[in-house]
Amino acid sequence: MNKTLQSLWAYFDERFQLRALADFAKKKTVPEHKHSFWYFFGGIALFLTALQIATGIMLLLYYTPTVDAAHESVQFIMSQVQFGWLIRSVHSWSANILVGILFIHMFSTFFMKAYRSPRELTWVTGFFLFVLFLAIGFSGYLLPWNELSYFATRVGTDIAGSLPVVGKGLKTFILGGPVVGQATLTRFFWLHVAILPLAAGVLIGIHVLLVQILGMSTPISLKGKPVKEISFFPDFIYKDVLGWTLILILIGILCVFLPWEVGKKADPFVATPLGIKPEWYFTFMFTTLKLIPSHIFSFEGEKLAILGFMLGGALWLLVPFLNRRASRELPSRPYTVIGAVLLLYIVVMTVLTYTIHGL
Amino acid sequence: MAKIRMAAGLVVGLLLLSGALLAQKNSCIECHSKLEDELKAPAEGFRLDVHQQFGLSCQDCHGGNPAQDDADKAKDKTFKGAPKRAQVPEFCARCHSDSAYIRNFNPRLRVDQLELYRTSRHGELLKKGDTKVAVCTDCHGVHGIQTAKHPKSLTFPWNIPQTCGRCHADANLMKAYKIPTDQLAEYKLSVHARALFEKKDMSAPACNSCHGNHGAVPPAVKSIAFVCRQCHPSTGDLFSKSPHKKAFDDMGFSECEACHGKHKILPPTDDMLGTGSGAVCVQCHEAGSKPFVMAGRMKQLIGDFGSEIEAARSLLDLAERKGVEVSDPKYRLQEIHTLLVSLRNQTHALDLPDLEQKAGEGKSLLVGVRASAEAALREAKLRRTGLVVATICLILFALAFYLKIRQMRRRPGA
Repeated sequence: MNKTLQSLWAYFDERFQLRALADFAKKKTVPEHKHSFWYFFGGIALFLTALQIATGIMLLLYYTPTVDAAHESVQFIMSQVQFGWLIRSVHSWSANILVGILFIHMFSTFFMKAYRSPRELTWVTGFFLFVLFLAIGFSGYLLPWNELSYFATRVGTDIAGSLPVVGKGLKTFILGGPVVGQATLTRFFWLHVAILPLAAGVLIGIHVLLVQILGMSTPISLKGKPVKEISFFPDFIYKDVLGWTLILILIGILCVFLPWEVGKKADPFVATPLGIKPEWYFTFMFTTLKLIPSHIFSFEGEKLAILGFMLGGALWLLVPFLNRRASRELPSRPYTVIGAVLLLYIVVMTVLTYTIHGL
Repeated sequence: MAKIRMAAGLVVGLLLLSGALLAQKNSCIECHSKLEDELKAPAEGFRLDVHQQFGLSCQDCHGGNPAQDDADKAKDKTFKGAPKRAQVPEFCARCHSDSAYIRNFNPRLRVDQLELYRTSRHGELLKKGDTKVAVCTDCHGVHGIQTAKHPKSLTFPWNIPQTCGRCHADANLMKAYKIPTDQLAEYKLSVHARALFEKKDMSAPACNSCHGNHGAVPPAVKSIAFVCRQCHPSTGDLFSKSPHKKAFDDMGFSECEACHGKHKILPPTDDMLGTGSGAVCVQCHEAGSKPFVMAGRMKQLIGDFGSEIEAARSLLDLAERKGVEVSDPKYRLQEIHTLLVSLRNQTHALDLPDLEQKAGEGKSLLVGVRASAEAALREAKLRRTGLVVATICLILFALAFYLKIRQMRRRPGA
């Protein structure tokens, strides 16, 4: 280290106690075993979140959140702004990859029972982060104000509106009125760029802090067996960076060959085009609602399905508290089976969405 | 006392109810519903009839007393029965020519149908005693008549060709009149039929748009141009300014029909212009004549402009496929294409200098679009080059990290 850097380090160390942080990072170890590949998805999610924030801030320089100008501003970004196409495509592609990574991260945590005591709160914060990211995706989808996003939002909020008791009020609250319009765009923009990212930021802080305090969980199956430990810094971080670089290459290829399209400007007065679907990560719920019979016994099928999803979500959140065997470091096969069935259900429903004609 | 009041109320109520039921009674429908085939049809069809929707009933046209159960009593002295074919126009006109009566139901409905019908070819022949010609019921139906606004009505725009064709495409029926029967088949191939049937464009012409409704006659040679001008006024104006106008009038040619045909008016193509085998110009103009050369020049002008537009479109499509946003130049190209459409129309004026000037203006606009398309393609190339460079750098970076990780794995104590 040269003299200037040394003096800079000393300056900041005196003020921020950097030495303590460096010592913590050096001392911190991470278990390395045959399942440790799945650990990297959390880091990749964090990297993609940073990419989202960076590109999102840049898009804010040109995006205009009004129904008259939103679509035009996105078109301007894509065609006139230097590297605008790249920034927007990175934002959109990395958002979709991020949700996919979050699914993998969540299910790998579930299957490895990494949520067990004392990491229940890590799971709980992770669950809420997942919900927040879905909400960020949903709100961001409308912002280009194109035909697809407009009608998908209408379909999505109609589903929320069919909830028993609170549905009508909830839909009006989300839309800011009876239909998707300027009020909706304003509040979706506000949610997408301010409220939801702020909430996500706080939760990410707690989530990462918990990971640092509690360390990474070792699978129950490896209990009692010798598990190798590697240093968090630089060994684990280097591997993380390697993963981030590979993801970045993938995003670059997607952006150049499949830049995110602007689409046709939304026209509220035309009939809903055929085959309107929400974003892929909502399609398993969407297809369930489409395929469920209109009535099951004397209950409305759609409402029953929504209640089922809500109940399922609540149980998913409470898994660390329900799976008592895992907290006693004992194998819990039924939970693994439930997770596998759920994963299969999501995959099958998502595939059906894009294969059933006229859904 | 209360019981007496209640009983009296019950009796009055029953009397009122039976009176109301008696007033609604329609023995015509009741009896005809029990009959079969053509005697049952009036009762079946009338349920959907527009007259029924306006509160009219059987006796309003046919007389009689539907309140009577007995058929003989129902057919009292007011009973008129079904009119003979020759009497149908007057039969309908008893109401439809009475403005005071019609006003009660639809003040906007015309009352001159019979007057017009009498001027029609159908009306003229009927007057001469030919009962095979169309009368009101042939086009509107008998019972179950709907307004022309109802999509299932025989007179709804996209049903009209078939309604007319029921007689005019019937070779046996038309044999006596010595008129062709291919009008419907030819019309179905026309640009108008495509607009009406495929695009569901209600403003597209059907038979009645050119021949008239109740006063239907074949348009005379001189009036064809005026008929076409109802929808194509600018083309008509341009034609009127052209040297063709006087020549056609002198030779007794019908203006539009001479080049575009009658019922089988195909979508116009650039090949109709010029000196090729499909060109209509060569029907009259000899090779080497001044108009022949001019036709060739016009065709070349339009053809070149069209080809340049298509070339620019191909470039934009290619750039779009390569992922570059080109909606703005595509929009500008659409405007230039509109100019080409207007130039095609302009050929009817036979004003070559004007055509050349406008084509020149269009081509200069096209230069800008082409430049945008080429810039978009350069951008696509730049993006791919940038991706290759960035990917190589990132792979090298990843490789360096991978080697570093391997090196760390080999260090003692790792």
